[in-house]
Order: sequence, then structure tokens, then C-alpha cells
Amino acid sequence: MTAIDVRGLHSRRGDAEVLCGIDLTVARGEVVAVLGASGSGKTTLLRALNYLTPFMAGEVRVADACLVPGMSERRDRRTLQAVRRRVGMVFQGFQLFPHLTVLENVTEAPRRVLGRSVVGALEDGRRLLGRVGLEGKGAAYPHQLSGGQRQRVAIARALAMEPEVLLLDEPTSSLDPALVGEVLAVIADLAASGQTMLVVTHEMGFARRVAARAVVLSEGRIAEEGTPADVLDAPRSAATRALLGSAARV
Amino acid sequence: MRALRGPRLLAKRDGTRDRVVRAMLLVTMSASVAAAAVSRVQSAGELRWCGDLQGGEPYVFQDPAGGEGIVGFEVEIADAIARRLGVRAAFVQNDWQMLIPALERGDCDVVLNGLEVTPARAARVRFSRPYYRFGLSLMVRRADAARFRDLAALGDRRVATLGGSLGADVLERSRVTVVLHEGVEEPYIDLEQGRVDGVVLDHIIAARYGVPRAALEQVAEVGEGVYAIALRPADEDLARAVDEALGALVTSGELRAILTRWRLWDDRQGLLEAPLPSADVSARSLGWPALRLFLQGAAVTIVISASAMLLAVGGGLALSLVRRYGGRVARMLATAYVEVFRGTPVLLQLYVLYYGLAPLVALDAFTAAVLGLGLNYAAYEAELYRAGLEAVPVEQTEAALALGMSRGLALRRIVLPQAVRVALPGIANDFIALLKDSSLVSVITVVELTKQMTITAVDVRGWLVPGLLCAALYLAMSLPLSRLARQLERRLVPVAR
Repeated sequence: MTAIDVRGLHSRRGDAEVLCGIDLTVARGEVVAVLGASGSGKTTLLRALNYLTPFMAGEVRVADACLVPGMSERRDRRTLQAVRRRVGMVFQGFQLFPHLTVLENVTEAPRRVLGRSVVGALEDGRRLLGRVGLEGKGAAYPHQLSGGQRQRVAIARALAMEPEVLLLDEPTSSLDPALVGEVLAVIADLAASGQTMLVVTHEMGFARRVAARAVVLSEGRIAEEGTPADVLDAPRSAATRALLGSAARV
Repeated sequence: MRALRGPRLLAKRDGTRDRVVRAMLLVTMSASVAAAAVSRVQSAGELRWCGDLQGGEPYVFQDPAGGEGIVGFEVEIADAIARRLGVRAAFVQNDWQMLIPALERGDCDVVLNGLEVTPARAARVRFSRPYYRFGLSLMVRRADAARFRDLAALGDRRVATLGGSLGADVLERSRVTVVLHEGVEEPYIDLEQGRVDGVVLDHIIAARYGVPRAALEQVAEVGEGVYAIALRPADEDLARAVDEALGALVTSGELRAILTRWRLWDDRQGLLEAPLPSADVSARSLGWPALRLFLQGAAVTIVISASAMLLAVGGGLALSLVRRYGGRVARMLATAYVEVFRGTPVLLQLYVLYYGLAPLVALDAFTAAVLGLGLNYAAYEAELYRAGLEAVPVEQTEAALALGMSRGLALRRIVLPQAVRVALPGIANDFIALLKDSSLVSVITVVELTKQMTITAVDVRGWLVPGLLCAALYLAMSLPLSRLARQLERRLVPVAR
């Protein structure tokens, strides 16, 4: 069963081509790590999958829908909302809602979008907070939490929609090194439970342990793809070698 | 006389030349004190007289032939009196309701502008002998002329007149509900529109502004009065000189010529020789009844401000959303609205809304006041919301959309609550400003707190105490508002991001 099917994806920002023909398939239950240097198009690829960033050519099949170039937020709102309901996203900068408590952050979309009852949504919300190790933090506001805790709330918020696919965009890049571990542990736990995930990351060790497959992007193209062990231990492309070299230096 | 006798006694007793010379100096000085006002006017070379051009034809008004001159029968009377004092007349513009305070402040030497002799005024200023006699005319709509023959027939209906006029005194003593205007044409507009059921004004005013309106009819004369020149009681010498000059104008027929030229002469004027009825009314004290009126005024202020603010907060939100998310034409219209309502005085907007639109929609005064203030403040609130919306990062919308929310839901649940808390301090400030701006609605006959203060100030003949009381009431309203604003801010902003 295919969860995501990307064909010939081209994207452009101004005059610069960001993605130049990406083909990518993600099977249901699979965890794919997307690696690559800054500016290689990783984030653009991820954001194309729920159409937060429109693309110029190609198509994305996801959640029983087909995303194509030229869709509009207004005209195609039904399709886009349907896709986004089933494709969760975790941002590098968390993007929690600062005026809502942690529990409200988690229950807002299930209640307003899925029409869940308050009681049911709260119950699920508390369970999810427990799952990401934040039981008892429901009444706190985001600003009262550490970065690692905030990112775990963001993951719980995405999970509350029971997404078929979870997109994680450099989920640990804004965190202090000491807090990275707690977030990666949660993601690893999700992977173990069979959650389909596409994770943009710089954490090579994490990719090796958790991902079933690694995809290396370079200048808008897929430079290399395979099992993390193959890609990381025996890189075939210059881009991968350069990436591993810089990662090793850090 | 006393001053003259003094020196002679002194001279007799001491017999020294020195003393006599000094005493003579004293005589000259005391004589100049007694004639201080006249010599002040004469050394200035002009008699400054206060009036209000808004009173219009035939009193004092801008020369319709153009130029910067003013004309009117009172201009000619002022000129004639000044001539007899050996000076020229200089006109000083002032709001009609403020003519006596202006006199007391020393802005002018006399007030000469259709000032009716009322007991309250007579106790406050020194009136000259009258220069005109008038009747108080009651006008109603022609359709009602048969049933409203006099004031009693009007019951407790709304009847309009000028604030602080003799008409107001007469109406206060009847059962009708008094509506106070500040211009002479507006009461008749309101009568035509059905906002009031009668107008009581001097027959000169009625003849010019009421009678020409075909839908209105003069049904009765409900009183009589005189116009006189008002002076400061301390300027008794000037008052006597003015009386003398007026007397000369009457006997020489000059006054009659002026009044005839302005088609104001009638049989009534033959009685101008008659003495003034003496008036000795002491000032009303600032007791419970006045206080109750103040509280009523404060209540009107609160109700109008709160209603207008509600309108402004809702309208401003709609405007800001249209400006941000609307189509091109809608965006342009909303921008034009904000610029027009922010760029023109709210006073002008109130006039246009109440009097200008009267032929199309006859709004009652309260509705016009709330609408006028609300529409004006909506423009300001729109700008505050705009700043608030711009302060919310676009990533917040993206996060909401990524959860499957519609744009509307994202706006309502995620963006707006954050935008509002940015806008809130400004909105609370505007509410306090609106509370004070609401005093402007007195121009469309609404008696709110400030208007009540000016009315009471005339009654008790002092501005300080009513002014302080009025200020205290405004503070009592605005201070809790500031507090509430701070609390709301704290509640909506748990702590900064």
C-alpha cells in the first residue's frame, strides 16, 4: 500500500529552481529520512506534500487525493482541507498557538475540524500528552515549556488528528542539544507503532536507527536513496559524501 | 458727590496748598475709577461687542454680498451706540451659549445678540434698556395645527427651542419635554422631520426660518420678551452711557429707522419706552436636583459611548478583514471609508448625519449620535485591528491550515484572538477617548454630561463647581475602564511569547 506517491515534482522560488523533478514513493507504515544540505529542497518537498507550498509541475498522490500545480486555497479548499486532515505536520519552529493551553492546542483541531465531542477530545488529548511524556502539563501555556516539551506538544497536536502520514520538518533543529534526545525518543516510539513518517533531519544516527529508508537531496534532485546503512556507510554520490563529511566535522 | 466734598473739608482743616493739590489729584483718580469702563472703551477707541454669526439673519451675519463685512440690525445698533460714545464698534465672534461667560471673562465690553432678558440672566449681568420687543411663537406641523393650538395641548410631547433662551424658560415651566438646539434653523428641520412636535422661538426667528416652510404653521404666541444689551455689573458707568445712547436712538427715531429697514418694526416696538421689569432672582444652588441631572447626563454619556463603541468594535473588525482579505473593489471601498471618517471632524459627520440626511432618513438624535460616533470610531478601530493582524506571524496560519482548518476557522480561532490582544490596549484607549468625544453630540440636541454641566453652570452662575463635578464623573467612568483594559490585557496575554 502506497501512502505517498510523488511524480516529477518541480518547484521554483522566484527564478531559482528549488525542486527539479522529484520521484518518491512512501509505503504505508514506512519511515523515510530525508537528508541533504541546507537549500537542497528538503523543506520545500515536505511542504509540497500538503500543498502549503505550491509547485510548478508534477503531481502528489496522498490521502486519496491528487495534488496538482495551480490549485488555489480558495477554490480547492475542500480537497486541500481533506488532505491536510489526514496528513499531519510538525514544524521546525513548533508553531504552537500561544493563546491556548497545551491541552487546547492538542484538542482544538479534533473539536473544530473533526467535530469531536469536548469530552472525547479532552480524553484523547490527555492520552496523547501522556504518550509524549507530558502528562500533567495540559493546563500550561506554551511559553511555560522548554523547547523539547513544546516540540512534543506539537507532535501530540498533529497526532490528535490521527494522520495517515506525519511530516516532520527538522523537528530537532531549533532545540538545545540536551533536549534533542527526548523528542527523537518520541519519534522513534511512533515509528515502532507503525506510523508512516517522512522526517527531514540532520541527525544521522537517528536516521540510521529509526528510518527504513534514507533519501539524500542535492540541488533539488534525489542524489541517492537506499537503506540508511547503505547510504550512510557506503555513499555512492558526491553529495552524500560531502554531507557526511560536514556532519562528521560538526 | 462724596469725592468732591472730601477735599474741601481737608483744605479747610489744614489750609496748606500742598495738601489741597494732593487732594485734587485724588479727586481726579477717584473720578477716573468711577468712569473706568467708559474711559477704557474710549482710550481703546472701540466698543467690543460679542455676538454669534450662527444666529444668522437678521441679527448679525456675514454679508451675503461677499466681502468680509458683517451686517444685521444689531450691527447697525452697535455702530450707532459706539458712534455716540465716540468710538467705533468691533465685533467679537463667540458661541451664542457662551456669550455671557465671554463677557464675564472680559472678551468684550457688551453682548448684543438677541439676548433675551430672563430673570436668571438679569441676576448675572447688568442689562441695558431694551432695544427690541418680541413675541414667543409656537409653531407646529400644519397637519397637527388643529389639535395643537397651544402648549397645553402638546402635553408632554417634545418641543424644541434654543438652549438658554427665554423659550427654554417658558418650556421648562410647562409639561412638554424640552429639546435644546444650538442653531435657529435646526429646530424647524426637526419639526418637519417629526423629531419634535413643536418649536418655540422668538417671532423674528420664526418668521425667517419657520414660516417659509410650507409644512409648518404658527399657532400661538406663548410669551413675550425683550432684547437688551448685557454688560458686566462692575461697568455701571458704561451701562449708563449705553442706556443713554439707546434712549437717544429711541427718541431720535434712529432705532425705528434701523428696525424698519430690516422690516422688524411693528406695533410692539412702540412700548420700548417702558421700563424694564425688575428681576431679583438669586442663583440656584447646586443641590440634589442638579446632582440628579448630572447623574442622568452621565448615564446618557455611558449609554451612548458604550453603544457607539460596540458599533465601532464590530464595524472596525469588518473593515479590517475586508481590507486584508477582500476583493480589490471591496478593499478600495474599505480604505476609502477609513480615510474619509478619520480625515474629517466627527462634529461635521454628526451634522451631516442628523441634519444633512434628514430629508432622506430622519434619524432620532440618540440613533444619530450612536451612529455618528460609532462610524467614526470604526475607522480608528479598523487600523488597530490591522496592526494586530499584521503582528500575528504567517506561520500561525500555516500551522492551522496544516491541521485541516479552513481559512475562516484559522482566522477566527487562531489569528484573531492573537490579533485582538495586540489591538486591545489601543481599543481601551479609544473607548476612553470616545467617552469624552461623546460630549460633541450635544450639537444634535442630546443632553449628555458636558451639556448638562453647561446648563447647570448657567443656572448656578458659576463654572468651577459644576466643572469639577463633571470632571469627577468623567473620571469615575474612565478610571474603571483603564483598569478593566489592563485586566483584560493580562488575561488575554498569559505572558509574552
